[in-house]
Amino acid sequence: MLHLLQKPLEAAQPSRRTFLKVSAGTIGGLVLAMNLPRSAASAAEGDFLQPFVHIRPDNTVVVLSKHLDKGQGTASGLATLVADELDAAHDQVRVEFAPSNPQLYANTLFGVQGTGGSTAMANSFMQYRQAGAAAKAMIVAAAAKDWGVPASEITVSDGVVSHGSGKSATLGDLAGLAAGEEVPAEPVLKTPDQWVYIGKSFPRLDVKNKTVGAPNTYTMDFQRDGLLVATVARAPRFGGKVKSFDASEARKVPGVVNVLELPNGVAVVAESTWPAIKGRSLLEIEWDDSGAETRSSDAMIAELKEMTAQPGVKVREDGDVDAVLEASAKVIEADYDFPFLAHGAMEPLDIAMMFDGETAELWFGSQIQTIDHNVAATVLGIPFQNVRINTLWAGGSFGRRAQADAHPVVEIAMLAKAMQADGMEPAPVKIVWTREDDMAGGYYRPMSAHRIRVGLDADNNVTAFKYNIAAKSIVKGTAFEAMLMKDGVDHNMTEGAHDTSYALGLMNMDQTFQETQVPVLWWRSVGHTHTAYVMETMIDRLAKEAGKDPVAYRLEMIRDDPRKANVLKLAADKAGWDQPPGDGRYRGVAVHKSFGSYVAEVAEISFRDDGTVKVEKVTAAVDCGTPINPDNIVAQVEGGIGYGLGAILRNQVTLVDGVVEETNFDTYEPLRMSDMPEVEVHIVASNEPPTGIGEPGTPPIGPAVANAIAAAKGDWITSLPLSKAGLV
Amino acid sequence: MSVTLKINGETRTLDADPDSPLLWALRDELKLTGTKFGCGIASCGACTVHLDGMPIRSCQTMVGDVEDAEITTIEGIDGKAAEAVQAAWQELDVPQCGYCQSGQIMAATALLSETRKPTDEDIDFAMDGNVCRCATYARIRKAIHLASDKMEG
Repeated sequence: MLHLLQKPLEAAQPSRRTFLKVSAGTIGGLVLAMNLPRSAASAAEGDFLQPFVHIRPDNTVVVLSKHLDKGQGTASGLATLVADELDAAHDQVRVEFAPSNPQLYANTLFGVQGTGGSTAMANSFMQYRQAGAAAKAMIVAAAAKDWGVPASEITVSDGVVSHGSGKSATLGDLAGLAAGEEVPAEPVLKTPDQWVYIGKSFPRLDVKNKTVGAPNTYTMDFQRDGLLVATVARAPRFGGKVKSFDASEARKVPGVVNVLELPNGVAVVAESTWPAIKGRSLLEIEWDDSGAETRSSDAMIAELKEMTAQPGVKVREDGDVDAVLEASAKVIEADYDFPFLAHGAMEPLDIAMMFDGETAELWFGSQIQTIDHNVAATVLGIPFQNVRINTLWAGGSFGRRAQADAHPVVEIAMLAKAMQADGMEPAPVKIVWTREDDMAGGYYRPMSAHRIRVGLDADNNVTAFKYNIAAKSIVKGTAFEAMLMKDGVDHNMTEGAHDTSYALGLMNMDQTFQETQVPVLWWRSVGHTHTAYVMETMIDRLAKEAGKDPVAYRLEMIRDDPRKANVLKLAADKAGWDQPPGDGRYRGVAVHKSFGSYVAEVAEISFRDDGTVKVEKVTAAVDCGTPINPDNIVAQVEGGIGYGLGAILRNQVTLVDGVVEETNFDTYEPLRMSDMPEVEVHIVASNEPPTGIGEPGTPPIGPAVANAIAAAKGDWITSLPLSKAGLV
Repeated sequence: MSVTLKINGETRTLDADPDSPLLWALRDELKLTGTKFGCGIASCGACTVHLDGMPIRSCQTMVGDVEDAEITTIEGIDGKAAEAVQAAWQELDVPQCGYCQSGQIMAATALLSETRKPTDEDIDFAMDGNVCRCATYARIRKAIHLASDKMEG
């Protein structure tokens, strides 16, 4: 697979300089045309068309979401910002995904169009409000001219434009006139006391479609006349290649139209999905594993543990930690290991493309449109402007769709070229990944090992904290390296640890990179998935050493981080921390900052008769700056807790001789209804700029549960998942 | 091979292998894409439809086995329980990515058709086969109770 990706990767790999140039309107040296969306292309007279807002004569306000919405409510969040400043009515607002155009739709924190790192609201907060405010100013200016009254006397409320004289119009009535008005360079934004939706309520705009099974929502549902569906048999070992194959039985399946070799496997192209799946099962393929990863995950973990015993790349170096440890009254030692995790989004990966030899159109849940777009153009050998990406709703991602190598795009482009080379008529084709393909296909949360040595003085004060981590880097050697690695250090691996606000004496942190063909990727909250677990269980251990209450000890140890202390106190207060839990109940707490947001969680657990853990209730407090949609914040924290809980309870991807063992939900058992605790979420009122909420709910749940288990049993689990310790 | 199915109150004749899963006949032949493909092994419930009112996994139900049955999909459900469930789901903003929600709604509707006032244990039992990776379970539980209340009213 890596071999296949090498060329497009190099071509698509933007240098740091390129990322900077994007904001000036170019990428990869190409100046982009104003690639306005379909609704604009077919604009009728009377439409108001700006990059982020369209107002139609039928009084529909369309907000163009530059971000993929994979469940986090992002599209509705962006609509909230526009609707508030525009004073549109909730029921007239729709949301559509913006086309791929980094000139117009870059994530201002990335420099390219893309979604991730819980940045959607943070980077759009001003931009989308300004878009709404500009649209309102233009509507008001148009009404003032039309009615012959001063603009200052016109009000807009709940989608109705009115003047004291009794004149009144809808936004749609005025859309055409407003389109001719000058776009204000610096539109006046509302003050927070004037907000009608922000911080209050703006129900999600995608819920109706998602409760009636509406068509054309997800890539999996994509339909076109003459659509072909393909499955791809990929190497069972990462880095394996096709040596030879026999497709004679596959070709006999009714509905199979072709079988084609791709650089990374064998594609079965069919008239519909089932023949593509059935046909693939009948392929006889001999694989060349000479360049493949053939180790078992146990051996890889052992290697990681050895790595942590050696010095690595310096991430943080306060001083001579070894000397301080040597001089300490006591040294606490802890070694942790974490498994590979699959994202397991409900919608397996999928992508559709139409390539006619000169132009290409794609339909899928594109998470980093600019990379996907460049890769498609490069592999197909056509100009950037000949590629069009239609972003569709994604049935989850949790990081899985944000690849640096755009491998699903590479694969479908290779398939389109293979179809063309084989003399097939141009036709739209959709590649469907089965659950097994998705789960065994790599791009996992990296497995990692962590070695901690903490020095304590005679009074149990922390004097030194030595932290060695080893894992495969998510960004090293990828298109993200230029942007995300500095001086050879991958901070994604250590975020949440090297930047801790606990006062831990002298702190050193080293990292070592494992080399393996197993592709790794961000998984909801990235480095925090392991660092929060390590840091928050270690803090609990140190509190116990010091004979102090876990909450009180944390408050003593937090330095210059009042927002962290605040959420901790709030969660503890709401959970009744100062009162003992009921009989048979145990509590644990964790607090962690990620993606600019602070989340504290108190987990209350019990044990079933068979000794397994039941998480009964989680009380969370969150400070994510200005809350935009409070109910959506609650939903994301509920979901983030559930996602993290399922993983720490019983999820791991293991390899035997390089082959993935867990390939479906029967062996990679997801969290289910009966596992879900009661969740209570408290949001801190704040005027700070909004920060992330898609991910920050996830990191604290693992350590909160582990600390509750330790409260019951005295020991902290250091090898995940908990099922390995017989607790699930 | 020609197969005749009764789907959402209509008799539909389609070209399908009797040994192929109902899921793909619904999605690809009849373009009823509200029923989702999640795992293919009846472990996630995204493909749940009703067979004579009972929730079943269409990915493990073969077309040739259901020719005499009444099949209902998310596109075709109606009645007091279904309406209450869909209204409750919308009122509480249950879906996140939404991909599993057709199956969740089919399972919840079947539960409420049988048990008007389900307990939390009833909900665990009826819904444990339906995976939601966004973990909207807390809201699904609330929405089932809300739907139950709506059916009373």
